[in-house]
Amino acid sequence: MGAQLRVYKRRIRSVTATKKITKAMEMIAASRVVKAQRKVAASTPYATELTRAVTAVGTGSNTKHPLTTQAETVTRSAVLLLTSDRGLAGAFNSNAIKAAEQLTARLESEGKQVDTYIVGRRGVAHYNFRERKIADQWTGFTDEPSYADAKKVAAPLIEAIEKDTADGGVDELHIVYTEFVSMMTQQALDARLLPLSLDEVAEEKPTGEILPLYDFEPSAEDVLDALLPRYVESRIYNALLQSAASKHAATRRAMKSATDNAGELINTLSRLANAARQAEITQEISEIVGGSAALADATAGSDK
Amino acid sequence: MAAELHVALVAADREVWSGQATLVVARTTSGDIGVMPGHQPLLGVLESGPVTIRTSEGGTVVVAVHGGFISFADNKLSLLAEVAELADEIDVQRAERELERAKAEGDAAAERRADVRLRTVSAR
Repeated sequence: MGAQLRVYKRRIRSVTATKKITKAMEMIAASRVVKAQRKVAASTPYATELTRAVTAVGTGSNTKHPLTTQAETVTRSAVLLLTSDRGLAGAFNSNAIKAAEQLTARLESEGKQVDTYIVGRRGVAHYNFRERKIADQWTGFTDEPSYADAKKVAAPLIEAIEKDTADGGVDELHIVYTEFVSMMTQQALDARLLPLSLDEVAEEKPTGEILPLYDFEPSAEDVLDALLPRYVESRIYNALLQSAASKHAATRRAMKSATDNAGELINTLSRLANAARQAEITQEISEIVGGSAALADATAGSDK
Repeated sequence: MAAELHVALVAADREVWSGQATLVVARTTSGDIGVMPGHQPLLGVLESGPVTIRTSEGGTVVVAVHGGFISFADNKLSLLAEVAELADEIDVQRAERELERAKAEGDAAAERRADVRLRTVSAR
Protein backbone atom coordinates (compact mmCIF):
# COMPACT_ATOMS: atom_id res chain seq x y z
CA MET A 1 0.00 0.00 0.00
CA GLY A 2 1.27 3.41 -0.93
CA ALA A 3 2.27 5.92 1.70
CA GLN A 4 -0.40 8.40 0.62
CA LEU A 5 -3.13 5.81 0.88
CA ARG A 6 -1.95 4.71 4.31
CA VAL A 7 -2.15 8.29 5.61
CA TYR A 8 -5.72 8.66 4.36
CA LYS A 9 -6.77 5.32 5.87
CA ARG A 10 -5.32 6.34 9.23
CA ARG A 11 -7.14 9.67 9.21
CA ILE A 12 -10.43 8.00 8.31
CA ARG A 13 -10.02 5.62 11.24
CA SER A 14 -9.33 8.46 13.67
CA VAL A 15 -12.24 10.60 12.44
CA THR A 16 -14.57 7.59 12.65
CA ALA A 17 -13.59 7.09 16.29
CA THR A 18 -14.21 10.78 17.02
CA LYS A 19 -17.55 10.59 15.30
CA LYS A 20 -18.58 7.69 17.50
CA ILE A 21 -17.71 9.71 20.60
CA THR A 22 -19.56 12.84 19.50
CA LYS A 23 -22.57 10.76 18.49
CA ALA A 24 -22.65 9.18 21.94
CA MET A 25 -22.33 12.59 23.61
CA GLU A 26 -25.14 13.92 21.48
CA MET A 27 -27.42 11.11 22.55
CA ILE A 28 -26.52 11.48 26.23
CA ALA A 29 -27.16 15.22 26.06
CA ALA A 30 -30.50 14.64 24.33
CA SER A 31 -31.69 12.35 27.12
CA ARG A 32 -30.42 14.80 29.75
CA VAL A 33 -32.32 17.71 28.21
CA VAL A 34 -35.53 15.78 28.62
CA LYS A 35 -34.66 15.00 32.23
CA ALA A 36 -33.74 18.61 32.94
CA GLN A 37 -36.93 19.84 31.32
CA ARG A 38 -38.90 17.46 33.49
CA LYS A 39 -37.18 18.92 36.55
CA VAL A 40 -38.08 22.44 35.46
CA ALA A 41 -41.68 21.32 35.09
CA ALA A 42 -41.64 19.57 38.47
CA SER A 43 -40.44 22.72 40.21
CA THR A 44 -43.16 24.86 38.64
CA PRO A 45 -46.03 24.12 41.09
CA TYR A 46 -43.87 25.24 44.04
CA ALA A 47 -42.75 28.40 42.24
CA THR A 48 -46.32 29.24 41.21
CA GLU A 49 -47.70 28.75 44.70
CA LEU A 50 -44.86 30.77 46.19
CA THR A 51 -45.42 33.62 43.74
CA ARG A 52 -49.08 33.56 44.65
CA ALA A 53 -48.29 33.75 48.33
CA VAL A 54 -45.79 36.60 47.88
CA THR A 55 -48.34 38.49 45.80
CA ALA A 56 -50.95 37.90 48.47
CA VAL A 57 -48.75 39.38 51.20
CA GLY A 58 -47.59 42.19 48.94
CA THR A 59 -51.07 43.28 47.99
CA GLY A 60 -52.69 42.44 51.31
CA SER A 61 -50.42 44.52 53.52
CA ASN A 62 -48.05 47.46 53.40
CA THR A 63 -45.19 45.62 54.98
CA LYS A 64 -41.66 46.81 54.41
CA HIS A 65 -38.79 44.40 54.21
CA PRO A 66 -35.07 44.79 53.44
CA LEU A 67 -35.50 42.52 50.43
CA THR A 68 -38.19 44.70 48.90
CA THR A 69 -36.97 48.20 49.69
CA GLN A 70 -34.98 49.99 47.07
CA ALA A 71 -31.86 51.70 48.43
CA GLU A 72 -31.82 55.41 47.70
CA THR A 73 -28.35 55.33 46.24
CA VAL A 74 -27.07 52.03 45.00
CA THR A 75 -23.33 51.83 45.61
CA ARG A 76 -22.70 48.13 45.22
CA SER A 77 -24.47 45.44 43.27
CA ALA A 78 -23.99 41.72 43.13
CA VAL A 79 -24.03 39.81 39.87
CA LEU A 80 -24.69 36.09 40.00
CA LEU A 81 -23.46 34.35 36.86
CA LEU A 82 -24.61 30.84 36.06
CA THR A 83 -22.31 28.84 33.80
CA SER A 84 -21.64 25.14 33.48
CA ASP A 85 -18.88 22.94 34.87
CA ARG A 86 -18.06 21.38 31.55
CA GLY A 87 -17.54 22.75 28.10
CA LEU A 88 -18.26 21.20 24.70
CA ALA A 89 -21.49 23.14 24.60
CA GLY A 90 -20.89 25.50 21.73
CA ALA A 91 -21.25 29.16 22.68
CA PHE A 92 -23.27 28.40 25.81
CA ASN A 93 -20.73 29.56 28.38
CA SER A 94 -19.26 32.39 26.37
CA ASN A 95 -22.73 33.81 25.76
CA ALA A 96 -23.53 33.76 29.47
CA ILE A 97 -20.15 35.30 30.33
CA LYS A 98 -20.57 37.95 27.65
CA ALA A 99 -24.00 38.85 29.04
CA ALA A 100 -22.50 39.13 32.53
CA GLU A 101 -19.68 41.33 31.25
CA GLN A 102 -22.09 43.63 29.47
CA LEU A 103 -24.18 43.91 32.62
CA THR A 104 -21.08 44.58 34.73
CA ALA A 105 -19.96 47.30 32.33
CA ARG A 106 -23.40 48.89 32.42
CA LEU A 107 -23.56 48.84 36.21
CA GLU A 108 -20.05 50.26 36.49
CA SER A 109 -20.90 53.05 34.08
CA GLU A 110 -23.72 53.92 36.46
CA GLY A 111 -21.09 54.33 39.15
CA LYS A 112 -21.78 51.10 41.05
CA GLN A 113 -19.28 48.66 42.41
CA VAL A 114 -19.87 45.13 41.20
CA ASP A 115 -19.35 41.94 43.21
CA THR A 116 -19.35 38.85 41.03
CA TYR A 117 -20.68 35.51 42.25
CA ILE A 118 -20.17 32.57 39.92
CA VAL A 119 -21.69 29.13 39.59
CA GLY A 120 -19.88 26.66 37.34
CA ARG A 121 -16.23 25.89 36.66
CA ARG A 122 -16.16 27.48 33.21
CA GLY A 123 -17.12 30.88 34.54
CA VAL A 124 -14.72 30.60 37.45
CA ALA A 125 -11.88 29.63 35.10
CA HIS A 126 -12.68 32.56 32.81
CA TYR A 127 -12.54 35.06 35.66
CA ASN A 128 -9.49 33.51 37.30
CA PHE A 129 -7.57 33.54 34.04
CA ARG A 130 -8.20 37.27 33.73
CA GLU A 131 -7.37 37.71 37.41
CA ARG A 132 -10.69 39.29 38.21
CA LYS A 133 -12.09 39.16 41.70
CA ILE A 134 -14.80 36.63 42.45
CA ALA A 135 -16.82 37.28 45.61
CA ASP A 136 -17.97 33.67 45.91
CA GLN A 137 -18.10 30.60 43.72
CA TRP A 138 -19.83 27.24 43.58
CA THR A 139 -18.99 24.31 41.32
CA GLY A 140 -19.83 20.66 40.87
CA PHE A 141 -23.61 20.57 40.57
CA THR A 142 -24.48 22.43 37.38
CA ASP A 143 -25.50 19.33 35.43
CA GLU A 144 -28.19 18.36 37.90
CA PRO A 145 -28.79 21.09 40.45
CA SER A 146 -30.83 20.19 43.53
CA TYR A 147 -32.82 22.51 45.73
CA ALA A 148 -30.16 22.21 48.42
CA ASP A 149 -27.65 23.62 45.91
CA ALA A 150 -29.93 26.57 45.24
CA LYS A 151 -30.15 27.20 48.99
CA LYS A 152 -26.39 27.07 49.25
CA VAL A 153 -26.06 29.70 46.53
CA ALA A 154 -28.86 31.89 47.85
CA ALA A 155 -27.73 32.03 51.49
CA PRO A 156 -24.65 34.29 51.14
CA LEU A 157 -26.47 36.46 48.59
CA ILE A 158 -29.40 37.09 50.91
CA GLU A 159 -26.97 37.73 53.73
CA ALA A 160 -25.06 40.24 51.60
CA ILE A 161 -28.19 42.10 50.68
CA GLU A 162 -29.39 42.31 54.28
CA LYS A 163 -26.04 43.72 55.42
CA ASP A 164 -25.46 47.46 55.40
CA THR A 165 -23.64 48.76 52.36
CA ALA A 166 -21.00 50.29 54.59
CA ASP A 167 -20.14 46.86 56.03
CA GLY A 168 -19.63 45.35 52.61
CA GLY A 169 -23.25 44.48 51.87
CA VAL A 170 -24.83 44.93 48.48
CA ASP A 171 -27.88 46.95 47.46
CA GLU A 172 -29.12 44.94 44.56
CA LEU A 173 -28.74 41.52 43.05
CA HIS A 174 -28.71 40.69 39.37
CA ILE A 175 -28.71 37.21 37.96
CA VAL A 176 -27.34 36.19 34.58
CA TYR A 177 -28.52 32.82 33.32
CA THR A 178 -29.45 31.07 30.12
CA GLU A 179 -33.14 30.83 29.53
CA PHE A 180 -34.38 27.61 27.98
CA VAL A 181 -36.77 28.77 25.28
CA SER A 182 -36.87 25.58 23.25
CA MET A 183 -34.64 22.73 22.12
CA MET A 184 -33.18 24.99 19.46
CA THR A 185 -33.19 28.35 21.23
CA GLN A 186 -31.51 29.26 24.48
CA GLN A 187 -30.93 32.82 25.43
CA ALA A 188 -28.50 34.33 27.90
CA LEU A 189 -30.24 37.08 29.80
CA ASP A 190 -29.90 39.16 32.93
CA ALA A 191 -32.59 39.99 35.42
CA ARG A 192 -32.72 41.97 38.62
CA LEU A 193 -33.70 39.62 41.40
CA LEU A 194 -33.45 41.95 44.38
CA PRO A 195 -34.73 44.27 45.63
CA LEU A 196 -37.91 42.57 44.73
CA SER A 197 -40.66 44.77 43.49
CA LEU A 198 -43.94 43.30 44.55
CA ASP A 199 -45.73 44.96 41.64
CA GLU A 200 -43.58 43.03 39.20
CA VAL A 201 -44.31 39.80 41.03
CA ALA A 202 -48.00 40.61 40.82
CA GLU A 203 -47.71 41.21 37.09
CA GLU A 204 -46.20 37.78 36.58
CA LYS A 205 -49.52 36.23 37.44
CA PRO A 206 -51.28 35.59 34.14
CA THR A 207 -54.91 35.68 35.18
CA GLY A 208 -56.36 38.82 36.64
CA GLU A 209 -57.84 36.94 39.55
CA ILE A 210 -58.61 38.92 42.64
CA LEU A 211 -56.82 37.65 45.69
CA PRO A 212 -58.84 37.30 48.86
CA LEU A 213 -57.95 39.08 52.07
CA TYR A 214 -55.76 36.67 53.93
CA ASP A 215 -55.48 36.04 57.60
CA PHE A 216 -51.78 36.02 58.39
CA GLU A 217 -50.42 33.57 60.87
CA PRO A 218 -48.59 34.78 62.97
CA SER A 219 -48.39 38.22 61.27
CA ALA A 220 -47.87 39.69 57.83
CA GLU A 221 -44.31 40.76 58.69
CA ASP A 222 -43.33 37.32 59.92
CA VAL A 223 -44.87 35.64 56.91
CA LEU A 224 -43.04 37.97 54.56
CA ASP A 225 -39.83 37.43 56.52
CA ALA A 226 -40.06 33.70 55.97
CA LEU A 227 -41.48 33.93 52.48
CA LEU A 228 -39.05 36.21 50.67
CA PRO A 229 -35.85 34.21 51.18
CA ARG A 230 -37.72 31.13 49.97
CA TYR A 231 -38.91 33.08 46.96
CA VAL A 232 -35.37 34.12 46.10
CA GLU A 233 -34.18 30.53 46.55
CA SER A 234 -36.89 29.23 44.29
CA ARG A 235 -36.02 31.81 41.63
CA ILE A 236 -32.36 30.84 41.80
CA TYR A 237 -33.34 27.16 41.70
CA ASN A 238 -35.41 27.79 38.60
CA ALA A 239 -32.54 29.67 36.95
CA LEU A 240 -30.14 26.82 37.79
CA LEU A 241 -32.51 24.28 36.27
CA GLN A 242 -33.03 26.34 33.14
CA SER A 243 -29.29 26.82 32.80
CA ALA A 244 -28.76 23.07 33.11
CA ALA A 245 -31.42 22.33 30.49
CA SER A 246 -29.93 24.98 28.18
CA LYS A 247 -26.46 23.58 28.64
CA HIS A 248 -27.57 20.09 27.68
CA ALA A 249 -29.46 21.42 24.67
CA ALA A 250 -26.39 23.42 23.59
CA THR A 251 -24.20 20.34 24.02
CA ARG A 252 -26.61 18.29 21.96
CA ARG A 253 -26.54 20.82 19.17
CA ALA A 254 -22.77 21.23 19.25
CA MET A 255 -22.25 17.48 19.23
CA LYS A 256 -24.76 17.01 16.42
CA SER A 257 -22.88 19.42 14.18
CA ALA A 258 -19.59 17.79 15.22
CA THR A 259 -21.01 14.41 14.20
CA ASP A 260 -22.25 15.85 10.90
CA ASN A 261 -18.88 17.43 10.20
CA ALA A 262 -17.09 14.19 11.01
CA GLY A 263 -19.36 12.36 8.56
CA GLU A 264 -18.60 14.88 5.87
CA LEU A 265 -14.87 14.64 6.58
CA ILE A 266 -15.02 10.86 6.33
CA ASN A 267 -16.74 11.16 2.94
CA THR A 268 -14.11 13.54 1.60
CA LEU A 269 -11.27 11.43 2.94
CA SER A 270 -12.68 8.22 1.45
CA ARG A 271 -12.91 9.92 -1.95
CA LEU A 272 -9.31 11.05 -1.64
CA ALA A 273 -8.27 7.58 -0.53
CA ASN A 274 -10.09 6.02 -3.49
CA ALA A 275 -8.40 8.43 -5.87
CA ALA A 276 -5.02 7.62 -4.32
CA ARG A 277 -5.65 3.88 -4.64
CA GLN A 278 -6.77 4.31 -8.24
CA ALA A 279 -3.69 6.37 -9.05
CA GLU A 280 -1.52 3.69 -7.51
CA ILE A 281 -3.17 0.96 -9.62
CA THR A 282 -2.89 3.04 -12.79
CA GLN A 283 0.75 3.59 -12.08
CA GLU A 284 1.38 -0.10 -11.45
CA ILE A 285 -0.40 -1.06 -14.71
CA SER A 286 1.54 1.46 -16.72
CA GLU A 287 4.75 0.19 -15.11
CA ILE A 288 3.88 -3.40 -16.03
CA VAL A 289 2.83 -2.45 -19.55
CA GLY A 290 5.94 -0.33 -19.99
CA GLY A 291 8.16 -3.12 -18.65
CA SER A 292 6.68 -5.83 -20.84
CA ALA A 293 6.82 -3.56 -23.91
CA ALA A 294 10.51 -2.95 -23.25
CA LEU A 295 11.08 -6.72 -22.82
CA ALA A 296 9.14 -7.48 -26.03
CA ASP A 297 11.20 -4.92 -27.94
CA ALA A 298 14.44 -6.42 -26.64
CA THR A 299 13.55 -10.04 -27.59
CA ALA A 300 12.19 -8.93 -31.01
CA GLY A 301 15.58 -7.27 -31.69
CA SER A 302 17.66 -10.39 -30.82
CA ASP A 303 15.52 -12.69 -33.01
CA LYS A 304 16.41 -10.88 -36.19
CA MET B 1 -71.89 15.47 49.37
CA ALA B 2 -69.71 16.41 52.24
CA ALA B 3 -67.83 19.65 51.90
CA GLU B 4 -64.33 19.13 50.58
CA LEU B 5 -61.25 21.13 50.08
CA HIS B 6 -58.61 20.60 47.49
CA VAL B 7 -55.15 20.05 48.90
CA ALA B 8 -51.91 20.44 46.98
CA LEU B 9 -48.78 19.59 48.88
CA VAL B 10 -45.77 20.70 46.91
CA ALA B 11 -42.10 20.41 47.73
CA ALA B 12 -39.49 22.52 45.98
CA ASP B 13 -38.74 19.89 43.39
CA ARG B 14 -41.95 17.89 43.05
CA GLU B 15 -45.63 17.67 43.88
CA VAL B 16 -45.81 15.31 46.83
CA TRP B 17 -49.53 14.80 47.20
CA SER B 18 -52.73 16.32 45.91
CA GLY B 19 -56.35 15.43 46.30
CA GLN B 20 -59.59 16.10 48.13
CA ALA B 21 -59.68 16.30 51.88
CA THR B 22 -62.07 17.16 54.67
CA LEU B 23 -59.58 18.29 57.30
CA VAL B 24 -55.96 19.34 57.36
CA VAL B 25 -54.06 19.78 60.61
CA ALA B 26 -50.70 21.52 60.54
CA ARG B 27 -48.47 23.27 63.01
CA THR B 28 -47.74 26.93 62.38
CA THR B 29 -45.28 29.03 64.34
CA SER B 30 -48.11 30.18 66.57
CA GLY B 31 -49.63 26.77 67.21
CA ASP B 32 -51.56 23.92 65.66
CA ILE B 33 -54.19 24.86 63.15
CA GLY B 34 -56.95 22.78 61.66
CA VAL B 35 -58.41 23.80 58.32
CA MET B 36 -61.79 22.59 57.19
CA PRO B 37 -63.73 23.51 54.07
CA GLY B 38 -64.96 27.09 54.16
CA HIS B 39 -62.14 28.33 56.38
CA GLN B 40 -61.28 31.97 56.01
CA PRO B 41 -58.35 32.80 53.70
CA LEU B 42 -55.17 32.06 55.56
CA LEU B 43 -51.45 32.36 55.01
CA GLY B 44 -49.16 31.01 57.67
CA VAL B 45 -45.61 29.90 58.35
CA LEU B 46 -45.24 26.21 59.15
CA GLU B 47 -43.06 24.70 61.81
CA SER B 48 -41.22 21.50 61.03
CA GLY B 49 -43.52 18.69 61.97
CA PRO B 50 -46.08 16.20 60.80
CA VAL B 51 -49.07 17.45 58.80
CA THR B 52 -52.18 15.32 58.91
CA ILE B 53 -54.57 15.26 55.98
CA ARG B 54 -57.93 13.53 56.39
CA THR B 55 -58.92 12.57 52.86
CA SER B 56 -62.46 12.48 51.50
CA GLU B 57 -62.31 8.69 51.20
CA GLY B 58 -61.83 8.48 54.95
CA GLY B 59 -58.13 7.73 54.85
CA THR B 60 -55.39 9.69 56.55
CA VAL B 61 -52.24 10.96 54.93
CA VAL B 62 -49.41 11.99 57.21
CA VAL B 63 -46.54 14.00 55.83
CA ALA B 64 -43.32 15.18 57.41
CA VAL B 65 -42.82 18.81 56.48
CA HIS B 66 -39.53 20.57 57.09
CA GLY B 67 -40.34 24.26 57.10
CA GLY B 68 -42.75 25.87 54.71
CA PHE B 69 -46.04 27.67 54.34
CA ILE B 70 -49.71 26.98 54.43
CA SER B 71 -52.06 29.00 52.31
CA PHE B 72 -55.78 28.59 52.01
CA ALA B 73 -58.28 30.41 49.80
CA ASP B 74 -61.41 29.44 47.84
CA ASN B 75 -61.42 25.95 49.31
CA LYS B 76 -57.97 25.38 47.88
CA LEU B 77 -55.25 24.62 50.34
CA SER B 78 -51.61 24.65 49.38
CA LEU B 79 -48.86 23.39 51.58
CA LEU B 80 -45.49 24.61 50.41
CA ALA B 81 -42.49 22.87 51.82
CA GLU B 82 -38.84 22.90 50.95
CA VAL B 83 -38.72 19.24 51.83
CA ALA B 84 -41.74 17.04 52.39
CA GLU B 85 -41.94 13.29 52.80
CA LEU B 86 -44.98 11.06 52.97
CA ALA B 87 -45.02 8.81 56.02
CA ASP B 88 -44.79 5.77 53.73
CA GLU B 89 -41.62 7.09 52.17
CA ILE B 90 -39.81 7.42 55.47
CA ASP B 91 -37.27 4.77 56.33
CA VAL B 92 -37.79 4.32 60.09
CA GLN B 93 -34.51 2.56 60.75
CA ARG B 94 -32.59 5.16 58.88
CA ALA B 95 -34.33 7.98 60.74
CA GLU B 96 -33.55 6.29 64.07
CA ARG B 97 -29.91 5.87 63.12
CA GLU B 98 -29.85 9.47 62.03
CA LEU B 99 -31.33 10.56 65.35
CA GLU B 100 -28.67 8.65 67.29
CA ARG B 101 -25.91 10.11 65.20
CA ALA B 102 -27.29 13.64 65.42
CA LYS B 103 -27.62 13.39 69.19
CA ALA B 104 -24.07 12.12 69.50
CA GLU B 105 -22.70 14.87 67.33
CA GLY B 106 -24.95 17.57 68.74
CA ASP B 107 -26.26 18.45 65.29
CA ALA B 108 -29.50 20.19 66.27
CA ALA B 109 -30.86 20.59 62.72
CA ALA B 110 -30.33 16.93 61.82
CA GLU B 111 -31.76 15.85 65.15
CA ARG B 112 -34.90 17.88 64.54
CA ARG B 113 -35.28 16.46 61.04
CA ALA B 114 -34.96 12.89 62.24
CA ASP B 115 -37.33 13.59 65.12
CA VAL B 116 -39.95 15.01 62.75
CA ARG B 117 -39.67 11.91 60.57
CA LEU B 118 -40.15 9.57 63.52
CA ARG B 119 -43.09 11.54 64.87
CA THR B 120 -44.66 11.46 61.41
CA VAL B 121 -44.38 7.69 61.22
CA SER B 122 -45.83 7.22 64.71
CA ALA B 123 -48.72 9.57 63.91
CA ARG B 124 -49.77 7.43 60.98
